Amino acid sequence: MADPMFSVRGLKVALPDMARKPAFGSAPKIEILKGLDFDLPRHQVTGIVGESGSGKSTLGRALVRLLEPSEGAVTFDGRDITHLPEGELRPLRRDLQMIFQDPMSSLNPRRTIGAIIAAPLRQNGMAGNLAGRVAEALRRVGLPENFAKRYRHELSGGQRQRVGIARALALAPKFVLADEIVSGLDVSTQAQILTLLEKLASEMGLTVAFISHDLSVIRRLCKQVIVMRHGQIVEAGPTDKIFAAPRDAYTRELIAAIPLPEIDAGWLGERQGKEAV
Amino acid sequence: MIPALEISGLSATLANGARVLRSVSLTVEPGEVRALVGESGAGKSMIGKAVLGVLPPSVRIAEGRIGLEGTDLGDLSAKARRALIGAKTALIPQDPLTALNPSRRIGPQTTDRLTKILGWDGTRADARIRQLLDEVQIRDPERVLRSYPHELSGGMRQRVLIAAAFAAEPRLIVADEPTTALDVTVQKQILRLIAALQREHGTAILFVTHDLGVVAKISQKVTVLYAGKVVEEADTPALFADPKHPYTRALMAATPKYTDPFASLKPVDEAVLAGLATEIAAADRDWRAPHG
Repeated sequence: MADPMFSVRGLKVALPDMARKPAFGSAPKIEILKGLDFDLPRHQVTGIVGESGSGKSTLGRALVRLLEPSEGAVTFDGRDITHLPEGELRPLRRDLQMIFQDPMSSLNPRRTIGAIIAAPLRQNGMAGNLAGRVAEALRRVGLPENFAKRYRHELSGGQRQRVGIARALALAPKFVLADEIVSGLDVSTQAQILTLLEKLASEMGLTVAFISHDLSVIRRLCKQVIVMRHGQIVEAGPTDKIFAAPRDAYTRELIAAIPLPEIDAGWLGERQGKEAV
Repeated sequence: MIPALEISGLSATLANGARVLRSVSLTVEPGEVRALVGESGAGKSMIGKAVLGVLPPSVRIAEGRIGLEGTDLGDLSAKARRALIGAKTALIPQDPLTALNPSRRIGPQTTDRLTKILGWDGTRADARIRQLLDEVQIRDPERVLRSYPHELSGGMRQRVLIAAAFAAEPRLIVADEPTTALDVTVQKQILRLIAALQREHGTAILFVTHDLGVVAKISQKVTVLYAGKVVEEADTPALFADPKHPYTRALMAATPKYTDPFASLKPVDEAVLAGLATEIAAADRDWRAPHG
């Protein structure tokens, strides 16, 4: 791929296994990501899909360097960030933004929405015309300007998620990590947020890694998709091709397990054999 | 045929008088799965709680009746009501981890209901649970019965709760979003199990869900709820073939469909929501809480 935003080679991440931590001393390490190779193209939304425990969120955290890889290399915008110390990462943070799953817990309850959006702007030397920038960020996600004076609890779930998007995009980052940003929302709200993200991504030419457990949503939003299982990539490529002809058995199983809103008497099928405990 | 569950004109209010259920009527025939679908705040779990007699103290039933196999719950003393609900119904909850006591082994937790509520002796209850664990395809019942909840995966815990729900041969099961917390492949296995057990035991199920995909696969009848009001009711195939209410149509258009990605995931139209608001205002205008 010509000049990707991220180039990831042999990425391994090991984390302490707290379930096996002895009473004293450090916990043994467990390998979450087991050697990943892929590129993330610029100005596209790439889907990262997998079930719980597949390592998709860990991968996201390694990309924005909230976690330090134990092996391999992560190159961001032409620069090796694999083991950069926090001091050298700080100027890059502005370009590595996140939108979180649960805006209720990622928005400070004691600060106004305006202050929440302004904080990262101020930290990143964009303090000039703060009020104007905040208003612009709100307008971009379809919220009225006077929302800057409100608090988290005065907003609906969909509005909170819009604030999360506004905060991330206010910095005009090179990369946005969106981790399960619609999974807590009702279907009607989910549709609004996805439509908004789709519009912003194309208008602003955003580079997004969209982590989700929901292949239907990925199918709509993402040109490229990476399918993960047990810390490995089982299949990656253009979304339409993977849906049309999934090569991996696990990808096929994932697609077949989605209950479509259509009558299909055979879907529940015969009872399967006994499964392992 | 006497319905397993018959709710008619059920209204519930909060302490401030606001209605959270608005003259809800629905019927679940014996051996039938009725889906109750709606978005958060629609009151679908509230209806399940009303049937099971576990409404929070802040919610009061203002009007209407709930009949279990022909017996009106309102005609019974509190004690008789609890006994009837205990004998005739069971719950499959959303989150199997919070529904299980973390400090007790699976075995005693699942037989408690049979011994303490239904008065079975221990041997009979134990044999029954083992039989049901076999029916939910748990290969190693010994190990599972000795396990604590945290030692089992989410799918296994949900199997255990399904086994426990069917063990006492209830006439009606309230399944409250039983697969929402599960991965999609596990969800499919669990839906298959519920459907198979439901057929074999002839149990009626009130299946609460927000997912029209799940509705299409599991139910024969469906009730669509918005703001505590029934907006549409139909046989499930008829609902998907020809949804009548604008909200039902909007909900279908908002549901993601990988086979049709660009026609699905449509935000609900403002006009539909305005129409619903008018409908609800009209319903509330005509309604007066009995006894003030």
